[in-house]
Amino acid sequence: MATKLIFDIAWTHVTARVRQTLVGMAGVSMGVGFTIMMAGLMEGSQIDFLRQLVDTMPHITIQDERRSIPIQPADQEYGAVQMSNVANLNNRPGIKYPESVMASLRSWLPGEVTPSVRTTAIIDHGGGRIGVTLMGIDPRQEVRVSKLGSQMREGQVTDLSRAPNAIIIGEALAQKLAVKTGNTITLIGGQGTEVNSTVVGTFRSGMKRVDEGQIYGLTGFAQIMMGQSGVINELRLRLNNPLVAQQVAIQVEAQTGYKSVSWQEANADLLSTFAVRDFIVLTVMGAMLLTSSFATYNIISTITHEKRQDIAIMKSLGMREYQVRRIFIIESAIIGTVGILFGWILGYLLCYGWSHITIYNVLTGANVPLQIYYSPMHYIIAGGISLICCTGAAFFPARKATRVHPVEIIRGAS
Amino acid sequence: MSETALQAVGLVRRLEGAITHTLVNGIDLSVSKGEFVAITGPSGSGKSSLLYLLGLLDAPTVGDVVICGQPTAKLSETERADIRLTRCGFVFQFHFLLPEFTSLQNVTLPMRAAGKMSEKEMHERGLELLTSLGLKDHVNKRPSQLSGGQRQRVAIARALSNRPEIIVADEPTGALDTTSTEQVFGILRDIADSGRTVVVVTHDPALAARADRRIHIVDGKIHETIQGRGPAPEPAIAVSATAVEP
Repeated sequence: MATKLIFDIAWTHVTARVRQTLVGMAGVSMGVGFTIMMAGLMEGSQIDFLRQLVDTMPHITIQDERRSIPIQPADQEYGAVQMSNVANLNNRPGIKYPESVMASLRSWLPGEVTPSVRTTAIIDHGGGRIGVTLMGIDPRQEVRVSKLGSQMREGQVTDLSRAPNAIIIGEALAQKLAVKTGNTITLIGGQGTEVNSTVVGTFRSGMKRVDEGQIYGLTGFAQIMMGQSGVINELRLRLNNPLVAQQVAIQVEAQTGYKSVSWQEANADLLSTFAVRDFIVLTVMGAMLLTSSFATYNIISTITHEKRQDIAIMKSLGMREYQVRRIFIIESAIIGTVGILFGWILGYLLCYGWSHITIYNVLTGANVPLQIYYSPMHYIIAGGISLICCTGAAFFPARKATRVHPVEIIRGAS
Repeated sequence: MSETALQAVGLVRRLEGAITHTLVNGIDLSVSKGEFVAITGPSGSGKSSLLYLLGLLDAPTVGDVVICGQPTAKLSETERADIRLTRCGFVFQFHFLLPEFTSLQNVTLPMRAAGKMSEKEMHERGLELLTSLGLKDHVNKRPSQLSGGQRQRVAIARALSNRPEIIVADEPTGALDTTSTEQVFGILRDIADSGRTVVVVTHDPALAARADRRIHIVDGKIHETIQGRGPAPEPAIAVSATAVEP
C-alpha cells in the first residue's frame, strides 16, 4: 500500500513539472541514443575490418617450421648432455608428406585445407625491381580457402593454367608497374632463376600490403622459382567458423608438429589495439551517459528543494526517511525509463541514418557505406547504465533532503 | 481517576551550539484521555517546542514522553515515526497539504502510509471525515482551490484519518480569519468531546478559554496552570460544526 502511495506521489511530482521532466528525459534520450549510435558504429567498423581481414587471409596457416627446436636423440638418451644452438644445416624446406597431412586433417577439420608454396621473387620490369611474395596455388582448391575468386578484377583464378608461368597480380601493383593483363614481366627467383611471366589477371583485396606485395602463380611455377621441386611449405586452412581458429590451430599443431598460426595469432597486435579501442569507447560512452544523468540530478535537486515542506510533513506524519527518499529515486527512475525508451528509438534512427552515409575510400577507390552493427546488447547496456546513473544521481539530493529535521522546516514555514 | 493519554516527565530540550539555548526546561505534565489542553505563553517561551516534543516530532535532551503508557525516550526514529503515524495527529499553523493532491488524497495519505486498510475503506473514511468537517463538495479540489479555513479543515481531517488517540495542534488558527477560526475551534472542541486528547498551542485567549486546562509557559517552564474552562468569549459568528465521530 505504502509502495503505491510512494509511486503516486512520485508520479504526481513528475507529471506536475512537464517542462522539467521533458528536459530530463531529453537529456537521457540523447545520452542513450548517441551511445547506441556510437557503439553500433564502432563495433560495425571493427567487425567489417575483421571480416575483410579474415576473408583475405587463411584462418590457419601451417608453416614448415616448428615452434621449438626438436629434442635431439643424444639429449633424450643422456641426462649429462647439454646442447645449445642446434641447427640442421641440411634441412630440406617444406612440409613432409603434405598429402598425408591434408588427408589426416580433412578427416576431422571443420573446414577446407589446401597446399601452397610461399616464396619470394623480384619483379624486374621497366628498369625497376620490386620484391614480392609469390604464392604458388592450386586454382581449383584455392577458391575453397580464400576469396581470391571474388577479388578478381580482370581474368579468373583458373587462367593461371592457360599460359606457362602465368601470374595474377594486385591491381595496385599493376598500376605501379604500368602493366595490363596479357603483358609479360620478368621474375627473378631466390636461386637466381629468371623467367618471363604473363600477367593473366588482376585482383583487389582491399589490403594495400597484399595488393602491392603479393602475386599468385601455379604451385609448380612457385616451386621452380624457389628452386625446390615438389616442395609444399604451407598448408592453408579455412574454417566454417573463423572464431574457433585459435583452438583449432592448437589441435592442428599438436597433431602435425608444424607451427600452426591462426588469424588471431597473426594479428595479435591489431586485436590488442582493438581491445584498447573498446576500452576507450566504453569509457567515452560511460561518460556520455553519466553526463546525461546530470540533467536528472538537477531536476531531482530542484524538486527536493521545492518539496522541502512536503518532505517535512510526510516525515512528521510518520513516513519513514527511506520511504520519502524512495519517492525521489522513483521520480528519477520514471524520467530515466521514459528517457531510455525514447533514447532507444533515437539510437535506432541515428544508426539507420548513419548507415546510409558513404565515405570515399582512397585506397579502393569506392564509396563505402558506414558499417553499423545492430545489437540488442548495445540497447541493454546503454539503458542499464543510464538507469543506474539516473537513480544514482537522484540518490544524493534525495538523501540530503530527507535527512532534514521536519521541525526545522515546519518552524521556518510557520 | 481518568486514564493518562500523554505524559511528559522532566522534559528538557536544549539547542547545543556556541551558545546553548534551553527551549524547554524541566516540564512535567500529564494529560488525560479526552482532555483538551491549551498551551499558551509569549513568543519564544517554548510552547511550540514543548508541543513538538509531546508529538514526538522532536526528541528531548533529557526526560521522556509517555504516550498511552509507552515510554518513547529509548525508541528508534523508525519506532517514533510509527507512533506518529498511528497514535498522533498533527495540525500546524500552515496547512502543509500536498499541493498536487486533492483534499481526499491528502486525507487518505496517512492511511495509505500505514497500509492497514483497503483502498475502498480508505476512500470511504476520507469521504466521511471531509463530509463531517463540511467539505463534502470539496473532496476533489486541490489546496489551491480552497480557502484558508477549508485547507485547515482538510488538514484536521488528515490528522484524524488514522484514528489517533492524541491530536497536537500548533497555532491552528494563527493564519485564519475570524469565521474560519470559529469553525476550527468548534471542530477541535468536538474532537476532544468525542474522547480524543487534544493539545493545542495558541496565542488566542478565546480558544484557550474553551480548553479543559490552560498551561501558561514562560522561559520553557510551566508558569501557571488553570483548570476548567474559562469564561466563554462571545463568538464573532456562531458556527455549528458537525460532531466528529469517535
